[in-house]
This record gives sequence, C-alpha cells and structure tokens, in this order.
Amino acid sequence: MLWDCAPTSSVIAGGLALGAGLALGIPAGAPLRRLGGSLLGLAGLILLLVQGASAQLEGAGDLARVSPAAGAWCLLLVLMLLMADALSQLRPGPRARAGLLALLLAALAGLLWSGVLSDLSVMQEFASRKAAFRTAALRHVALAFGSLGAAALIGFPLGILCHRNASLRGATLPVLSFLQTIPSLAMFGIMIPILGWIAATYPAAQALGIAGIGFAPAFLALVLYSLLPVVANTVTGLAATPPAAIEAARGMGMTGMQRLWKVELPLAMPVILAGLRIVLVQNIGLAVIAGLIGGGGFGSFVFQGLNQTATDLILLGALPTVVMALVAAIVMDILVDLTRRIPERQP
Amino acid sequence: MIEIDKITKLYGSTCAVDAVSLTAETGTITAIVGTSGSGKTTLLRMINRLVEPSSGEVRINGEPTHAVKPHLLRRRIGYAIQGHGLFPHHTVARNIGAVPELLGWPREKIAARVDELLELFGMEPAEFRERLPLELSGGQQQRVGVARALASRPDLLLMDEPFGALDPIIRTRAQEDLRAIQRKLGSTIMLVTHDMDEAIRLGDRIAVMDGGELVQYGPPEEIVAQPATSFVADMVGDAERPMRLLSLIPVSALLEPGTAEGAPLPAEATLREALSACLWTGREAIPVETEGTPAGRVTLAAIRARAERHA
Repeated sequence: MLWDCAPTSSVIAGGLALGAGLALGIPAGAPLRRLGGSLLGLAGLILLLVQGASAQLEGAGDLARVSPAAGAWCLLLVLMLLMADALSQLRPGPRARAGLLALLLAALAGLLWSGVLSDLSVMQEFASRKAAFRTAALRHVALAFGSLGAAALIGFPLGILCHRNASLRGATLPVLSFLQTIPSLAMFGIMIPILGWIAATYPAAQALGIAGIGFAPAFLALVLYSLLPVVANTVTGLAATPPAAIEAARGMGMTGMQRLWKVELPLAMPVILAGLRIVLVQNIGLAVIAGLIGGGGFGSFVFQGLNQTATDLILLGALPTVVMALVAAIVMDILVDLTRRIPERQP
Repeated sequence: MIEIDKITKLYGSTCAVDAVSLTAETGTITAIVGTSGSGKTTLLRMINRLVEPSSGEVRINGEPTHAVKPHLLRRRIGYAIQGHGLFPHHTVARNIGAVPELLGWPREKIAARVDELLELFGMEPAEFRERLPLELSGGQQQRVGVARALASRPDLLLMDEPFGALDPIIRTRAQEDLRAIQRKLGSTIMLVTHDMDEAIRLGDRIAVMDGGELVQYGPPEEIVAQPATSFVADMVGDAERPMRLLSLIPVSALLEPGTAEGAPLPAEATLREALSACLWTGREAIPVETEGTPAGRVTLAAIRARAERHA
C-alpha cells in the first residue's frame, strides 16, 4: 500500500507532489502548466522511489530486492507523456531543445551518480555488472553508430549516382527495399552461415575478425538495414531541388560537381539527415537483437535476462537502449532543424 | 556583336530550329517572339550551349562559341529565366555574387559589385543584402534574378520569359526598369517572349519564330507595319496594329506650335497615349510640355494622318 511503502512524512510529501502534478498536468490548454505539473509529479515519484526502496529493504536481508511495480512504471509513462506533449506544444527552437536535453540528461546522471536509487534492483544488477555494462555500452554504440557511418559512406555516393542515373535507381531501390523486408531475427540468422563460410574459406577474412557469430555479422546486418533509408532519402532530397534553381545553376556556368555541392546537397541536407535519423534510431533498437548472435551490446543483458526470467536484467539492457534512442532522435531532429536554411514561414 | 549563323537543332527527325541566321548589334535588345513550340527557347539555349546545336555556329564578338568549354562560355553570358531560379538557401548577396564567385573574383570586389547592382535596381543594399529570396516580393525576386545575370558584366545577357511570372502592373514596371538599365549599361540582350507587346516595348529588333524558322527579323515598326507572313500579322493582331504602331512613336514626332486645353502630356509620351487622351476627354488637341514648360501641341487629325501612313 502506498502509505506503508515509506516513512509517513515522505509518503505525504511525495504523494502530494504526485497528486498535484497530475492535477496540474492532465487538464489540457496551458502547456507551461502541464510542463510544471509533469516535473512536480516526477519529483514526487522519484522521492517515493528513493524513500520507499530504502524503507522496504530495512532489515530484509542481503538477498532482498526492491523494484518498482506496474503502478510506478505507468505513472512514469504518464508523466513523461505529459512532458513530451507540453514540450511539443511549446515548440522550442533547436538551441532551446539542445539546452533542455542537456539539462534532463544532467538531472538523470546526477540522480544515478548520487546513489539515491542504488537500492533499486536494477541498480543493484548494474552494481554487480559494472565492467560488463561498460563493455556492452561501448559495443552498442559501436554497432549503432559504426553501421550508420558505414551506411552513410556507401549510401551517399550511391544515392547521388542513383539521382543522376534513372536506370541505376530502378535497379538499386527495389533491392534495398527487399533487404528492409527481411525480419531482423532472420537477417541476423542468415549472416551466420554466410560470414561463417567466408571466414572458413578465406583465412585473411578470419584474421580481420570476420566470423559467423559476433560483431561482424551483427554490424553487416545493421549496415544492410541502413542502406534503404540513406539512399532513398538522398535520392528524394536531391530530386526535390527546385528545377529553376538547377537550370539557373547550369545556365550560369556551374560544373556538375559545383551544382551538387553548392545547390543540390545543401538543399537536400534536411531530408538526408532525416534519413540518418531514421537509421540511427532503428539501429540502436536493432542492435539489441545482435546480442542473440554474440554481437554484444545491451542485447546481451536482455537475452540473459529473458533466459533466466530475470526482469531486472532485461531492464538493465532495455532502459539504456531506450534512453540512447530517445537522445539520438532528439539530437538528430535538432541537427535537421539547424541545416534547414530556408525558413518554413512564408513572407 | 552576336552572329547566329545557320543554326539548326534536330531532335530525331523533327527540326526544332531550322537554319536560323541573325545578327544582333552590341548594346541592343533583340526580342525573339513566337508561340510555344516555335523553337524560340531552343534558339536561345543554343547560344549558351545549354542545348548543343546540330549544325551551324554562334559567334560572340567574332569568337565561335564552340571554341570554349560550355561552363566557361556560360560564365561570360548572363542568363535570367522565368521564375527567377534564385538559390533559395543563399542570401540575396550570395545569389547576385554567384557568377563572380565562380570566376574567382576577390571577396571585396564581389561585395562592392553586389551593392552597386542592388542600388542600380533600386534596392537598398543594407536592407536587402542578407535577405533570403523567400523574404522578397515577386518583383524583387525577379530584379535580383536579373542583377545576378548582370553581375560579371557579361558580353551578352540571355533572358527566357524573364517577366512571365509577374502580374501585369509589376511586369510593365519591370520592363521599363530593364530598358532603363540596359540603356545605362549598354548591355546586349537577347530576350525570348510569347508576348508581342513585350517584344515591341523592349526590342530594338524583333525576331519572329514560327515552326522552327525565323519568319521575320526587323525593327518593331517594320514588324507592325509590314508583317512578312500571315503568322506575323496574327502575332501583331489586325485590330491592335494601329495602336501598336502609335505606341512606337513619341508625341515629339508630331509636335506642332500652338496651345490646347486640358492636362498636358510630356514630350516622351507616345502617340498612343495622346490618342487615348483625345478620345477619353473629347479633345481635338493635347498640349505637350518638355520638363514642365509648354512646348506646343499634338492634334487628333495629325495622329490620324500618321496612323494612315502605316510605316
């Protein structure tokens, strides 16, 4: 019960904050009030979590674990939704959004570093796996961002060539669309025999670290998934350049390369970055599945947890993945806005 | 001097432009008029080699255009198109400075040239330099488009329906501005239009194109008074002919001593305006003044006699 989960004073304070936050936040109309309400509610929820966890563990022995139940997670979800809605109504500019994001991340980091949440079971799982967590985090970043980089390296030139050459476009895009339709589990599965065969046949490939399981097949699968959004958005962005601007660029004596660099690419940049945003968020999520074929990353915790029906271990893998994907999406949105050199407003 | 020498463009077996030859003097405006599909735009685009001619050649000041790489040729020829074609992501200053930038002019020289052109086109440099094309009105965008085409002081300015996207009032104003600027700079301009009024208003000489052929090439008076084919006559319009002819002659040509009642006209006004004033106010004569002082009058009878003479 709520009233005996923590010392009475904390329950009253936290409960009041939570109630007031919801009361302020739920009625629609004033986004600032809603934002304030969600922040107040979050503060109350965190207070209850912190105070409750230590109170519950008091005298309960070393092996006891406390974790938030469905009610706490639901409240967290509702409050986050309120905050997101309020922010989307307030429409802060790209710089304001970057500041807000930094502020939220700093608050989250402060909360985690301060140790007030260390009584929660997820944090105890973390404490016992610090080294493994660090390795997994680095591997996850390497998988998601590395595959993005590789896809961009292949996809941009391919997209530009497809834009210039209709028959290449007709051949390339369907193949990439087909790759996109392969279910992710199957894609990771297919990589095992293919790369396994390559490694077995060419010792040089094996020396480079290519094997049927591990980092290489996971990385390759992610790159293949990333190609369609990168190429398709590059083609779409380049195709949207105003024809009169192209005609003028040709007529004033720009070479093909000058036209590409000075006119077409800058105008296509927001659409191209929107493609990279899709890829990045998609890959951060898909990289979890890489855990299944020994690719490492947060997925290894998720699959370990699934095998042992250890919910806390699953959360240890899932929560950082969600945070990473959200942060990546927000940062990429900010970049898209910053590269949009043509104001959307009309004169 | 621009010499177009038996230039032809074939698309498969259809002939878009058929052995057209014409010569335009330096410092004049040549208006190429025709209906859509007459080959007028193809003819224009062959001059800066946006379209490669199938045969024939173009010489600019004696130098054949095929002797130069196309992109280098185009940097020497201004090009202004319908819908201006400004780069939406560049400021007005960068748009105007685009060709000088390609030519590698130093930064200060480009900035000075941009300000000079903005002033020439009646746009305050400090106010407009840093604006984006979207933040300008249609007329301003069009002026920036022409300013950009003039930025590197090209030997020749090609214009493809440059005023096509403007509404009638702004278009008339833009045509007058272009004429004034062309006189001031002494530019050589070749302009494509489907509008005979525009051709008569702007052209020192008019080239009428029909079905890929040049059917008549001459000064506006000649096109109006002696159309070479029925197509040219149609383009001029039978009912419009006297008015078009009168619109080419200033009142000073029929100025006679004497006085008349009512509001005066300036000496630069055309006979068309004088006729209009006579009809509308029921007068037999209109007083004419030069720079505010009475200079004489022009009579309805004289205008009528002039129109009857045709040429």
